[in-house]
Amino acid sequence: MAALNLSRLIAAAADTIAAHAEALTALDQAIGDGDHGLNMKRGFEAVRSEAEAFAAKPLPEALKAIGTKLVMTVGGASGPLFGTLFMALGKEISAAPDRANLTLAFGKAIEAVAARGKSQVGQKTMLDVLQPVHDALLRGKTGAEIADIADAAAEATVPMKALRGRASFLGDRSIGHMDAGARSTALLVRTVAETVGESA
Amino acid sequence: MSNVGIVIVSHSPLVAEGTADMVRQMVGDEVPLAWCGGNGHGGLGTNVEAIMSAIDRAWSEAGVAILVDLGGAETNSEMAVEMIGEPRAQKIIVCNAPIVEGAVMAATEASGGASLKEVVATAHELSPS
Repeated sequence: MAALNLSRLIAAAADTIAAHAEALTALDQAIGDGDHGLNMKRGFEAVRSEAEAFAAKPLPEALKAIGTKLVMTVGGASGPLFGTLFMALGKEISAAPDRANLTLAFGKAIEAVAARGKSQVGQKTMLDVLQPVHDALLRGKTGAEIADIADAAAEATVPMKALRGRASFLGDRSIGHMDAGARSTALLVRTVAETVGESA
Repeated sequence: MSNVGIVIVSHSPLVAEGTADMVRQMVGDEVPLAWCGGNGHGGLGTNVEAIMSAIDRAWSEAGVAILVDLGGAETNSEMAVEMIGEPRAQKIIVCNAPIVEGAVMAATEASGGASLKEVVATAHELSPS
Protein backbone atom coordinates (compact mmCIF):
# COMPACT_ATOMS: atom_id res chain seq x y z
CA MET A 1 0.00 0.00 0.00
CA ALA A 2 1.34 3.41 -0.95
CA ALA A 3 2.30 5.70 1.90
CA LEU A 4 -0.82 7.46 3.10
CA ASN A 5 -0.79 11.22 2.76
CA LEU A 6 -2.90 12.01 5.79
CA SER A 7 -2.89 15.80 5.40
CA ARG A 8 -4.22 15.42 1.88
CA LEU A 9 -6.86 12.98 3.09
CA ILE A 10 -7.98 15.30 5.90
CA ALA A 11 -8.23 18.26 3.50
CA ALA A 12 -10.23 16.17 1.03
CA ALA A 13 -12.61 14.93 3.76
CA ALA A 14 -13.13 18.44 5.14
CA ASP A 15 -13.74 19.77 1.59
CA THR A 16 -16.31 17.04 0.91
CA ILE A 17 -18.20 17.66 4.15
CA ALA A 18 -18.13 21.44 3.61
CA ALA A 19 -19.39 21.08 0.04
CA HIS A 20 -22.29 18.87 1.17
CA ALA A 21 -23.05 20.51 4.53
CA GLU A 22 -26.25 22.16 3.36
CA ALA A 23 -27.51 19.03 1.64
CA LEU A 24 -26.76 16.95 4.76
CA THR A 25 -28.60 19.45 6.92
CA ALA A 26 -31.56 19.33 4.52
CA LEU A 27 -31.68 15.50 4.85
CA ASP A 28 -31.56 15.85 8.63
CA GLN A 29 -34.28 18.53 8.62
CA ALA A 30 -36.62 16.09 6.90
CA ILE A 31 -36.48 13.43 9.63
CA GLY A 32 -34.08 14.62 12.34
CA ASP A 33 -33.13 17.74 14.25
CA GLY A 34 -31.59 19.47 11.24
CA ASP A 35 -28.07 20.07 12.51
CA HIS A 36 -26.09 17.23 10.92
CA GLY A 37 -24.39 19.17 8.10
CA LEU A 38 -23.39 22.08 10.29
CA ASN A 39 -22.17 19.81 13.08
CA MET A 40 -20.09 17.64 10.76
CA LYS A 41 -18.64 20.70 9.04
CA ARG A 42 -17.61 22.19 12.39
CA GLY A 43 -15.92 18.93 13.38
CA PHE A 44 -14.04 18.40 10.14
CA GLU A 45 -12.93 22.04 9.99
CA ALA A 46 -11.52 21.58 13.51
CA VAL A 47 -9.66 18.49 12.30
CA ARG A 48 -8.43 20.40 9.23
CA SER A 49 -7.08 23.22 11.40
CA GLU A 50 -4.73 20.72 13.07
CA ALA A 51 -4.07 18.54 10.04
CA GLU A 52 -0.30 18.96 10.16
CA ALA A 53 -0.13 17.85 13.80
CA PHE A 54 -2.29 14.78 13.07
CA ALA A 55 -0.26 13.90 9.96
CA ALA A 56 2.97 14.02 11.97
CA LYS A 57 1.76 11.15 14.19
CA PRO A 58 1.91 7.44 13.34
CA LEU A 59 -1.40 6.40 11.70
CA PRO A 60 -2.95 4.68 14.75
CA GLU A 61 -2.28 7.68 17.03
CA ALA A 62 -3.40 10.10 14.30
CA LEU A 63 -6.76 8.32 13.90
CA LYS A 64 -7.34 8.23 17.66
CA ALA A 65 -6.55 11.95 17.92
CA ILE A 66 -8.86 12.77 15.00
CA GLY A 67 -11.63 10.75 16.67
CA THR A 68 -11.17 12.60 19.94
CA LYS A 69 -11.26 15.94 18.10
CA LEU A 70 -14.54 14.97 16.41
CA VAL A 71 -16.05 13.90 19.74
CA MET A 72 -15.15 17.27 21.23
CA THR A 73 -16.24 19.49 18.35
CA VAL A 74 -19.20 17.99 16.48
CA GLY A 75 -21.71 18.69 19.26
CA GLY A 76 -24.45 16.23 18.34
CA ALA A 77 -24.86 12.47 18.60
CA SER A 78 -22.76 12.27 15.42
CA GLY A 79 -19.71 13.43 17.42
CA PRO A 80 -19.41 10.31 19.59
CA LEU A 81 -20.48 8.05 16.72
CA PHE A 82 -18.01 9.28 14.09
CA GLY A 83 -15.43 9.91 16.82
CA THR A 84 -15.76 6.32 18.01
CA LEU A 85 -15.36 5.09 14.42
CA PHE A 86 -12.00 6.85 14.08
CA MET A 87 -10.82 6.09 17.63
CA ALA A 88 -11.60 2.39 17.24
CA LEU A 89 -9.95 2.29 13.81
CA GLY A 90 -6.84 3.81 15.39
CA LYS A 91 -6.85 1.17 18.10
CA GLU A 92 -6.80 -1.72 15.64
CA ILE A 93 -4.96 -0.45 12.59
CA SER A 94 -1.22 -0.88 12.06
CA ALA A 95 1.14 1.98 11.18
CA ALA A 96 1.31 0.79 7.56
CA PRO A 97 -1.88 -1.23 7.05
CA ASP A 98 -2.39 -3.72 4.24
CA ARG A 99 -5.85 -4.68 3.01
CA ALA A 100 -6.22 -7.46 5.59
CA ASN A 101 -5.34 -5.22 8.52
CA LEU A 102 -7.55 -2.39 7.24
CA THR A 103 -10.47 -4.80 6.85
CA LEU A 104 -9.99 -6.20 10.34
CA ALA A 105 -9.67 -2.74 11.90
CA PHE A 106 -12.73 -1.51 10.01
CA GLY A 107 -14.76 -4.46 11.26
CA LYS A 108 -13.78 -3.72 14.87
CA ALA A 109 -14.58 -0.05 14.39
CA ILE A 110 -18.08 -0.91 13.14
CA GLU A 111 -18.65 -3.01 16.27
CA ALA A 112 -17.56 -0.05 18.40
CA VAL A 113 -19.97 2.32 16.59
CA ALA A 114 -22.82 -0.19 16.97
CA ALA A 115 -22.10 -0.44 20.71
CA ARG A 116 -21.87 3.34 21.13
CA GLY A 117 -25.18 3.88 19.33
CA LYS A 118 -26.83 0.73 20.78
CA SER A 119 -27.80 0.03 17.20
CA GLN A 120 -27.44 -2.57 14.48
CA VAL A 121 -27.66 -2.91 10.72
CA GLY A 122 -31.15 -2.30 9.28
CA GLN A 123 -32.16 0.55 11.59
CA LYS A 124 -31.54 3.36 9.06
CA THR A 125 -28.20 4.60 10.41
CA MET A 126 -24.57 5.00 9.34
CA LEU A 127 -24.14 1.28 10.10
CA ASP A 128 -26.18 0.54 6.97
CA VAL A 129 -23.31 2.02 4.93
CA LEU A 130 -20.41 0.85 7.07
CA GLN A 131 -21.40 -2.83 6.94
CA PRO A 132 -21.63 -3.12 3.12
CA VAL A 133 -18.30 -1.27 2.87
CA HIS A 134 -16.74 -3.81 5.21
CA ASP A 135 -18.19 -6.65 3.14
CA ALA A 136 -16.73 -5.05 -0.01
CA LEU A 137 -13.32 -4.76 1.65
CA LEU A 138 -13.52 -8.45 2.53
CA ARG A 139 -14.45 -9.39 -1.04
CA GLY A 140 -11.46 -7.53 -2.45
CA LYS A 141 -13.41 -4.80 -4.24
CA THR A 142 -11.50 -1.84 -5.67
CA GLY A 143 -11.68 1.67 -4.23
CA ALA A 144 -13.99 2.83 -7.02
CA GLU A 145 -16.30 -0.15 -6.51
CA ILE A 146 -16.37 0.45 -2.76
CA ALA A 147 -17.30 4.11 -3.27
CA ASP A 148 -20.24 3.07 -5.47
CA ILE A 149 -21.32 0.41 -2.98
CA ALA A 150 -21.32 3.06 -0.22
CA ASP A 151 -23.48 5.41 -2.30
CA ALA A 152 -25.94 2.62 -3.11
CA ALA A 153 -26.06 1.65 0.57
CA ALA A 154 -26.90 5.21 1.61
CA GLU A 155 -29.60 5.27 -1.08
CA ALA A 156 -30.94 1.99 0.32
CA THR A 157 -31.73 3.70 3.65
CA VAL A 158 -34.51 5.68 1.89
CA PRO A 159 -37.22 2.99 2.17
CA MET A 160 -36.08 1.92 5.67
CA LYS A 161 -37.97 2.82 8.82
CA ALA A 162 -35.73 4.50 11.40
CA LEU A 163 -35.38 2.54 14.64
CA ARG A 164 -32.62 4.60 16.29
CA GLY A 165 -31.95 8.29 16.66
CA ARG A 166 -34.26 11.26 16.41
CA ALA A 167 -35.78 9.96 13.15
CA SER A 168 -37.18 6.95 15.01
CA PHE A 169 -39.67 9.30 16.75
CA LEU A 170 -41.35 9.71 13.36
CA GLY A 171 -41.99 5.98 12.96
CA ASP A 172 -43.39 5.24 9.49
CA ARG A 173 -42.96 8.89 8.50
CA SER A 174 -39.18 8.32 8.43
CA ILE A 175 -39.74 6.08 5.39
CA GLY A 176 -38.94 7.78 2.07
CA HIS A 177 -36.02 9.89 3.29
CA MET A 178 -32.30 9.11 3.22
CA ASP A 179 -30.56 8.93 6.58
CA ALA A 180 -28.19 11.88 6.92
CA GLY A 181 -25.55 9.89 8.82
CA ALA A 182 -25.59 7.18 6.15
CA ARG A 183 -25.13 9.86 3.49
CA SER A 184 -22.19 11.54 5.25
CA THR A 185 -20.60 8.13 5.80
CA ALA A 186 -20.88 7.35 2.08
CA LEU A 187 -19.38 10.75 1.23
CA LEU A 188 -16.40 10.05 3.51
CA VAL A 189 -15.94 6.53 2.11
CA ARG A 190 -15.85 7.91 -1.45
CA THR A 191 -13.37 10.59 -0.44
CA VAL A 192 -11.05 8.07 1.20
CA ALA A 193 -11.37 5.63 -1.73
CA GLU A 194 -10.61 8.33 -4.29
CA THR A 195 -7.80 9.94 -2.31
CA VAL A 196 -6.03 6.77 -1.26
CA GLY A 197 -6.72 5.07 -4.59
CA GLU A 198 -6.91 1.43 -5.38
CA SER A 199 -3.70 0.66 -3.51
CA ALA A 200 -5.83 0.62 -0.34
CA MET B 1 -19.71 16.38 50.31
CA SER B 2 -20.53 12.73 50.77
CA ASN B 3 -23.95 12.76 49.07
CA VAL B 4 -24.25 11.49 45.49
CA GLY B 5 -23.91 14.27 42.92
CA ILE B 6 -26.44 15.01 40.17
CA VAL B 7 -25.61 16.18 36.64
CA ILE B 8 -28.32 17.41 34.26
CA VAL B 9 -27.59 17.24 30.52
CA SER B 10 -30.12 18.70 28.10
CA HIS B 11 -29.95 19.77 24.47
CA SER B 12 -31.29 23.11 25.71
CA PRO B 13 -29.44 25.20 28.32
CA LEU B 14 -32.82 26.62 29.38
CA VAL B 15 -34.21 23.14 30.11
CA ALA B 16 -31.03 22.15 31.95
CA GLU B 17 -30.94 25.29 34.07
CA GLY B 18 -34.68 25.15 34.78
CA THR B 19 -34.41 21.53 35.85
CA ALA B 20 -31.49 22.45 38.13
CA ASP B 21 -33.62 25.22 39.67
CA MET B 22 -36.35 22.69 40.47
CA VAL B 23 -33.78 20.36 42.03
CA ARG B 24 -32.35 23.18 44.18
CA GLN B 25 -35.85 24.05 45.38
CA MET B 26 -36.19 20.50 46.70
CA VAL B 27 -32.76 19.83 48.16
CA GLY B 28 -31.01 23.20 48.53
CA ASP B 29 -27.26 22.76 48.74
CA GLU B 30 -27.31 19.26 50.20
CA VAL B 31 -26.48 17.62 46.89
CA PRO B 32 -23.62 18.49 44.53
CA LEU B 33 -25.38 19.64 41.36
CA ALA B 34 -24.25 20.78 37.92
CA TRP B 35 -25.94 21.21 34.55
CA CYS B 36 -24.98 21.77 30.96
CA GLY B 37 -26.91 22.26 27.75
CA GLY B 38 -26.34 23.39 24.20
CA ASN B 39 -23.73 22.46 21.62
CA GLY B 40 -21.15 24.97 22.85
CA HIS B 41 -21.73 27.18 19.80
CA GLY B 42 -24.99 28.81 20.79
CA GLY B 43 -27.21 26.11 19.30
CA LEU B 44 -29.20 23.23 20.70
CA GLY B 45 -27.19 20.07 21.30
CA THR B 46 -24.89 18.46 23.82
CA ASN B 47 -21.16 18.73 24.20
CA VAL B 48 -18.79 16.14 25.63
CA GLU B 49 -16.36 18.69 27.05
CA ALA B 50 -19.17 20.53 28.85
CA ILE B 51 -20.50 17.24 30.26
CA MET B 52 -17.05 16.28 31.56
CA SER B 53 -16.78 19.69 33.21
CA ALA B 54 -20.25 19.33 34.79
CA ILE B 55 -19.27 15.93 36.19
CA ASP B 56 -16.19 17.56 37.74
CA ARG B 57 -18.31 20.29 39.33
CA ALA B 58 -20.83 17.82 40.77
CA TRP B 59 -18.18 15.27 41.73
CA SER B 60 -18.72 13.29 44.91
CA GLU B 61 -16.78 10.30 46.19
CA ALA B 62 -20.22 8.67 46.57
CA GLY B 63 -20.65 8.94 42.78
CA VAL B 64 -22.58 10.96 40.24
CA ALA B 65 -25.94 10.25 38.56
CA ILE B 66 -26.50 11.87 35.16
CA LEU B 67 -29.98 12.73 33.91
CA VAL B 68 -30.35 13.28 30.14
CA ASP B 69 -33.09 14.25 27.73
CA LEU B 70 -32.88 12.94 24.15
CA GLY B 71 -30.61 10.30 22.56
CA GLY B 72 -27.63 12.51 21.74
CA ALA B 73 -27.45 13.62 25.37
CA GLU B 74 -27.20 9.97 26.42
CA THR B 75 -24.60 9.08 23.77
CA ASN B 76 -22.48 12.14 24.58
CA SER B 77 -22.77 11.48 28.33
CA GLU B 78 -21.62 7.88 27.90
CA MET B 79 -18.72 9.15 25.81
CA ALA B 80 -17.83 11.68 28.52
CA VAL B 81 -17.83 8.97 31.21
CA GLU B 82 -15.57 6.82 29.05
CA MET B 83 -13.16 9.70 28.50
CA ILE B 84 -13.04 10.49 32.21
CA GLY B 85 -11.92 6.88 32.60
CA GLU B 86 -11.32 4.71 35.64
CA PRO B 87 -11.33 4.86 38.60
CA ARG B 88 -13.97 7.61 38.51
CA ALA B 89 -15.98 6.17 35.60
CA GLN B 90 -17.30 3.27 37.69
CA LYS B 91 -18.90 5.80 40.04
CA ILE B 92 -20.81 7.62 37.27
CA ILE B 93 -24.12 6.33 35.92
CA VAL B 94 -26.27 7.70 33.09
CA CYS B 95 -29.88 7.20 34.22
CA ASN B 96 -32.72 5.96 32.06
CA ALA B 97 -35.39 8.35 33.31
CA PRO B 98 -37.29 11.48 32.28
CA ILE B 99 -34.93 14.39 32.84
CA VAL B 100 -37.02 16.68 35.09
CA GLU B 101 -38.76 14.07 37.22
CA GLY B 102 -35.64 11.92 37.29
CA ALA B 103 -33.40 14.75 38.45
CA VAL B 104 -35.78 15.85 41.21
CA MET B 105 -36.40 12.29 42.46
CA ALA B 106 -32.75 11.29 42.25
CA ALA B 107 -31.61 14.43 44.07
CA THR B 108 -34.21 13.97 46.79
CA GLU B 109 -33.00 10.42 47.32
CA ALA B 110 -29.37 11.60 47.26
CA SER B 111 -30.04 14.31 49.85
CA GLY B 112 -30.92 11.58 52.37
CA GLY B 113 -27.48 10.02 51.97
CA ALA B 114 -28.57 7.16 49.70
CA SER B 115 -25.95 5.22 47.71
CA LEU B 116 -25.44 5.76 43.99
CA LYS B 117 -27.24 2.48 43.32
CA GLU B 118 -30.27 3.59 45.33
CA VAL B 119 -30.31 7.03 43.70
CA VAL B 120 -30.21 5.52 40.21
CA ALA B 121 -32.88 2.94 41.08
CA THR B 122 -35.20 5.72 42.24
CA ALA B 123 -34.79 7.51 38.90
CA HIS B 124 -35.26 4.31 36.93
CA GLU B 125 -38.58 3.60 38.67
CA LEU B 126 -39.97 6.50 36.63
CA SER B 127 -39.27 4.72 33.34
CA PRO B 128 -41.57 1.91 32.28
CA SER B 129 -39.46 -0.81 30.66
